[in-house]
Amino acid sequence: MKTEAKQRIPSVSVDNRLEVFSHPAMQKASKGILYVILAIVAVFQIFPIVWLFLFSLKNNQEVFNMSPFSIPTDPKWENYAKVWTEGNISQYFLNSVVYTVAAVILTVILASMVTFAITRMKWKLSNLALGLFMVGLMIPVHSTLIPLFSTFTAINLVDNPLSVILSYTAFNLPITIMILLGFYQALPREVEEAAVMDGASLNRIFFRITLPMTSPVIATAAIINMIYNWNEFVFVNTFISSDQYKTLTVGIQNFIGQYTTDWGAIGATLMISILPILLAFLILSNRIVEGIASGSVKG
Amino acid sequence: MEKVLSDKRIITLYVLPGLLLIIGLIYVPIIQTAYYGLMKWDGIGAKEFIGLENYKTLIKDDIFWKTAYHSFLLAVFSALSLIIYLLISIVLAGKIKGADFFRKIYLIPMLLASVAIAQLWLKIYHPTNGILNTLLGSFGVDNPPSWLADPKIVLYAIFIPILWQYAGFYILIYYAALKNIPESLIEAARIDGATAWQIALKIKIPLIMNVIKVTIVLAVVGSLKYFDLIYVMTDGGPNGASEVMASYMYHKAFRGFDFGYGSAIGFFLLVICLVVTWLIRKLTAAKEEITY
Repeated sequence: MKTEAKQRIPSVSVDNRLEVFSHPAMQKASKGILYVILAIVAVFQIFPIVWLFLFSLKNNQEVFNMSPFSIPTDPKWENYAKVWTEGNISQYFLNSVVYTVAAVILTVILASMVTFAITRMKWKLSNLALGLFMVGLMIPVHSTLIPLFSTFTAINLVDNPLSVILSYTAFNLPITIMILLGFYQALPREVEEAAVMDGASLNRIFFRITLPMTSPVIATAAIINMIYNWNEFVFVNTFISSDQYKTLTVGIQNFIGQYTTDWGAIGATLMISILPILLAFLILSNRIVEGIASGSVKG
Repeated sequence: MEKVLSDKRIITLYVLPGLLLIIGLIYVPIIQTAYYGLMKWDGIGAKEFIGLENYKTLIKDDIFWKTAYHSFLLAVFSALSLIIYLLISIVLAGKIKGADFFRKIYLIPMLLASVAIAQLWLKIYHPTNGILNTLLGSFGVDNPPSWLADPKIVLYAIFIPILWQYAGFYILIYYAALKNIPESLIEAARIDGATAWQIALKIKIPLIMNVIKVTIVLAVVGSLKYFDLIYVMTDGGPNGASEVMASYMYHKAFRGFDFGYGSAIGFFLLVICLVVTWLIRKLTAAKEEITY
């Protein structure tokens, strides 16, 4: 291929110099360079995670005496078993699952109800209500943290999972409504209107017709919510003090604090904490891509 | 049908639960933050009204302005990194086989918890066993900087995982926008003899300018709110060299038990976020809407 390109160059006159670049061989070469760049970016993005997996299977001797790039000769799966049984990781994991699932269900149902009322029903204040939800997107969590903490303390919700679940729900409602809104607006109303004509109640229409019809976007919104909740840190770190209620993000902080020199244990803990997200990504990558795109730039 | 669809009882039933949650957990706390900012308060005892005293302290607090400067630097880095993301997206949205695969791979770090990312990068930066120094060593760099312990470098060192984390997010947004440009426009320019570079600069980028503006707002406001990653990686150290506004507020309130002062910082942070959002939108306001 290269020689072919070289042979052609002398025959191209100066005026047509640009034509060299549109020569098929040249195009192939530049396309090749582009692929190399894209591949380097891909390696940069993915390699740290692969490396994490590698050292999660090593013991300290391998970590400290061998190259960090080496493949563990005798994978120490027991690192995973150890952190799972010692040091509350299984408890943290369970808490993460419970809070995430509870908040996702609550958020998706409440957001669907709000979106239904805003797009399907006729009322004067609907734009104001929508505006309140959308402005909520811009509020930094940290500006609400101190009052939330003092209020939860006052009503005895501090160190109670409910404080976390309610906070997750409130702060995810705006983005969830934003994701749902586009789908609701594009969805034809004929089916719902026909049901109204037939005398079905709005509750029945919402639960029997609208929710099932919007299930694709509900799945998208749910997976985005799941990722946010699973990864949340500052609410749990602020509101929860007992080990029994902590989630993985906060729990691994404590745990790693105790095991600062045991790389295998740290690696296994981190792998356990990111595994559900990686699995979700493997199965639902299209929905995640769609959710992130529709939840970010519609402003 | 009009009557059914404007049933006040149903509307209230559907909107009120969500509305109460965001009012109670987002809007009321903002007002409280503004109010607490006027108090001398340790978070437990009685509040004492001191007027604008906390804000006067804030204006004279050199450490606060240092943290604001750090947040500002991170915002500038984040905005500049958008250029890299945009270039990658333009390459990706050209006729590249496997573009879908690439953009999904790029997205993975964005899905992970900042806390996990912070722990992972602590290991990457590890002086003796991290991959960074090992890699540098194999290129003959025997005396690499101590990334997270050097006050001059720490902010840059923290920015690399941020760059890593958000790359896929912005590339995804740009990619989707670029794919929305009608192929006929690009084809026409190509027939007129425009080079790929000219097409990117004169056609593609102007056409997705609205999306670019939104991403600038997202990047700048997002970086004003950075907390988790810094809290875990350096906790603002060494000696405050990586402290940002959000972490300073957190330390003042939840470690220094100065909730009044912490609230003042929190309110200031909110105002900055809103002002910056407004300002960027104003500065980059389109003279005319682009339609194809």
